[in-house]
Amino acid sequence: MRKLKKILFVLIFSVIVLNSSNSAEKSPPFLETKWTFKGLFGKFDRASLQRGYQVYTEVCASCHSMKYLTYRNLAEKGGPEFSEAEAKAIAASFEVTDGPDSTGEMFVRPAKLSDKFVMPYANEQEAKAANGGAYPPDMSVLVKARKGGADYIYSLLLGYSEPPEGVELDDGVYYNKYMYGNKIKMPAPLSDDLIEYTDGTKATAEQMSKDVTNFLMWSAEPHLEQRHKTGFRVIAYLIILTVLVYFTMKKIWSRVESKV
Amino acid sequence: MSDHEYTPSSKFGKWFNDRLPLLTLANHLTDYPTPKNLNYWWTFGGILTFCLITQIVTGLVLAMHYIAHADMAFSSVEHIMRDVNYGWLLRYVHANGASMFFLAVYIHIFRSLFYGSYKSPREIIWILGIIIYLLMMAAAFMGYVLPWGQMSFWGATVITNLFSAIPLVGESITTWLWGGYSVDNPTLTRFFTLHYLIPFLILGLVVLHIWALHVPGNNNPVGIDIKKPSKDTVPFHPYIVIKDAFALLMFCIVFAMFVFYQPNILGHADNYIEADPLVTPAHIVPEWYLLPFYAILRSVPDKLMGVVAMLSAILILAALPWLDTSKVRSAVFRPLFRQFYWILVADVLILGYVGAMPAEGLYLLIARVATAYYFAHFLIILPVLGWKEKTTPLPLSITEPVLGGSPNLAAARSDEKIEKTIK
Repeated sequence: MRKLKKILFVLIFSVIVLNSSNSAEKSPPFLETKWTFKGLFGKFDRASLQRGYQVYTEVCASCHSMKYLTYRNLAEKGGPEFSEAEAKAIAASFEVTDGPDSTGEMFVRPAKLSDKFVMPYANEQEAKAANGGAYPPDMSVLVKARKGGADYIYSLLLGYSEPPEGVELDDGVYYNKYMYGNKIKMPAPLSDDLIEYTDGTKATAEQMSKDVTNFLMWSAEPHLEQRHKTGFRVIAYLIILTVLVYFTMKKIWSRVESKV
Repeated sequence: MSDHEYTPSSKFGKWFNDRLPLLTLANHLTDYPTPKNLNYWWTFGGILTFCLITQIVTGLVLAMHYIAHADMAFSSVEHIMRDVNYGWLLRYVHANGASMFFLAVYIHIFRSLFYGSYKSPREIIWILGIIIYLLMMAAAFMGYVLPWGQMSFWGATVITNLFSAIPLVGESITTWLWGGYSVDNPTLTRFFTLHYLIPFLILGLVVLHIWALHVPGNNNPVGIDIKKPSKDTVPFHPYIVIKDAFALLMFCIVFAMFVFYQPNILGHADNYIEADPLVTPAHIVPEWYLLPFYAILRSVPDKLMGVVAMLSAILILAALPWLDTSKVRSAVFRPLFRQFYWILVADVLILGYVGAMPAEGLYLLIARVATAYYFAHFLIILPVLGWKEKTTPLPLSITEPVLGGSPNLAAARSDEKIEKTIK
C-alpha cells in the first residue's frame, strides 16, 4: 500500500513539474530585484515611494489613470508619507471640474486633498482614441491584477528589445519578452535620465522601474505595512495561546487514561 | 439521549426549564458522551462551525459597505480595501475564509469516507452534510461574483450558461436566471441577495446535522458501536471542548498566515480587473475548491452530459451509504478499501489539477480517465469490495486494544463477526 501511494504521488509531482517547466519556456523568469515590502516585517522604502510618485506623475500619468487614489493618500501613514503641505501642493497643481455652483454653472478649481487623482482622459473612448485603440489600464490595483505582481511589472518595464528574427510587428506594436504574447502597444516608457529626481538620485531605467513599481505596489495595497504589523502580533498571540491550551489539554486528559 | 433526567438546581431554573428546556439542552451538550479515541480528524466539525460563524459575521459588516450594482460593485470593494476602517482585514478574512471553509470541509468529508461515518445509522447526518456542501458551493460561487472583476463576470457567465444545456427550456431558464439576456446588473443583485440568504440556510442545516449526530453519537476511528456512556466515552465538556479548541487554534494560525501574508495567493489576478463584457480572459477558471468538478464538466464532450456528469459526481455521494456494501465502517480494518481510498484521494487531486489547466491534449485525456475512475470507485469498486474484501478482526470495544487486550483473544472473539460481515 505504501508503495502504491508513493508511485501515485511521484506520478502527480512529475506531471506538475513537467508542466511548470513547459510554462517556463513560454515566458522567461522575471528579473530579480530586492523588494523591501516582502517578508514578515516588510515595509515600503519611503524615499522610493516618493520617487515612484514622481515617475508616475511625470511619465505614466499622461496615459494611465489611478482612479481609486485620493491626494490625501499621499500623506497617509504607510505610504509615500509626503507632509500634508506637500500633498496639498501636489493636489493644487491639478485642476478639477466642480459644481454646479449657486448659479447652476460648473467651474474649474485647484484639486484638494479629498479629490481623487485627476484622470488623463475623460473616458475610455477618448483614452483608446489617443492610444491607437489600446486602453491604458487604470493603475490603482495593477500590481494585483497581473500574475507575478511587482516582479512582473518591474520586468515588463525593462523587458523591451528588438523583436527576434521572424517576428513581424505592426505599426504601434512593440516587442516585450515578458508581455503575454510578447506584443505590447505601449512603447518603452522609461529610459535613462528621462526625468530628474528631486532628491538627486540618478534616474537610470532600473531605478525608475523599481521606484514606480514600489509606488504601484503601495497603491494596490495601501495598508500593507499595517497588515504585516497586525499579522505578526496576531500570529504571535495565537501561538502563545495554542501552547497554553495544549498544556491545559494535556492536564485535563491526564484524568482519563487516553493519550491526546 | 442522556440516560439520566436533568433537574436544574435553582427554583427559577426549574420553572423556566419546565416551560422551555434550554437548560436540559445545555446539560445535554455538556455531558454528551463522546468516544475517547477520536483523533484530530474529528476536530474539523467544530472548526467548520467556526468558519461558518466567521463568514457570517465578516459578511454582515462587508454588506454594510458593499454596493450591489454593476457600475459600483468593483469600486465599492476598493472603497472597503482603502477607506473602511480595517476593511482590508474584513475582506481578506472573508475571501480567504471561504477557502479555509472548503479546506476544512474536504478534510471533514474525507475523514468520513475513511472511517465509514456515513454508514448506518448515520445516513441522515451524511445526506444533510451533502446538502450543506452543495449550498456552500452555491454560496461561494455567488460570493465570487460580487466583486465584479473579470473572473467574477466570466465565471458567472460560464456557470449560468450550463443551464442552457437543459433540453427545450434551457434557454428560457438561463434568461430567467440572468434577469436579462446576459450576465448584468440584475444578475448581480440577485446573486447578492442569495449570497446573503444561503449562509442562514446552511446554519439551519448545521443545527439539524448536529442534532442528527447526537442521536446515534459520534463514529470513531475504530468504527465499532460503543455503549454510551461507558469507559469508552468522555463527556463533551471539558475533554472534547479543549481538544477542539487546541485544533481550532492551530487552524487559525494557518488561516492568519494566509490573511496577513498571502491574502491573494488563492485568488486569481484577473479578478482585480473590473468586469468587461467585451474582453474574455484567456483562461476562465473557478476557485480552487471547485476545480475537480470543473474538470469533470469539461471532460465530457457533450454540454448536457457534461452538466449531468458534474451534478452526478456530487449527488452520487448522497447514495454512498447504500453503494458501500461493507458492514465494517473503519478503513483501519479494511486493507483493500484503504488502498482504493488513497487512489480516490489522488484521483480527486489529479482532477483538481487538470481542472486548472486548459482542456486540451494530455490534460483532457487525464481528466477523462480520472473522471471515469471517480465514478467507477463509487459505482463498481465500493459495492464489489463490500462482498469480496476480507476484513481484519474488529476489537470488541475501544478500551480493549488500548488497555492491552491480547490481540489473539480479540481475533478469536471477532472471528464470528467477520464471517457474518463477509456473508
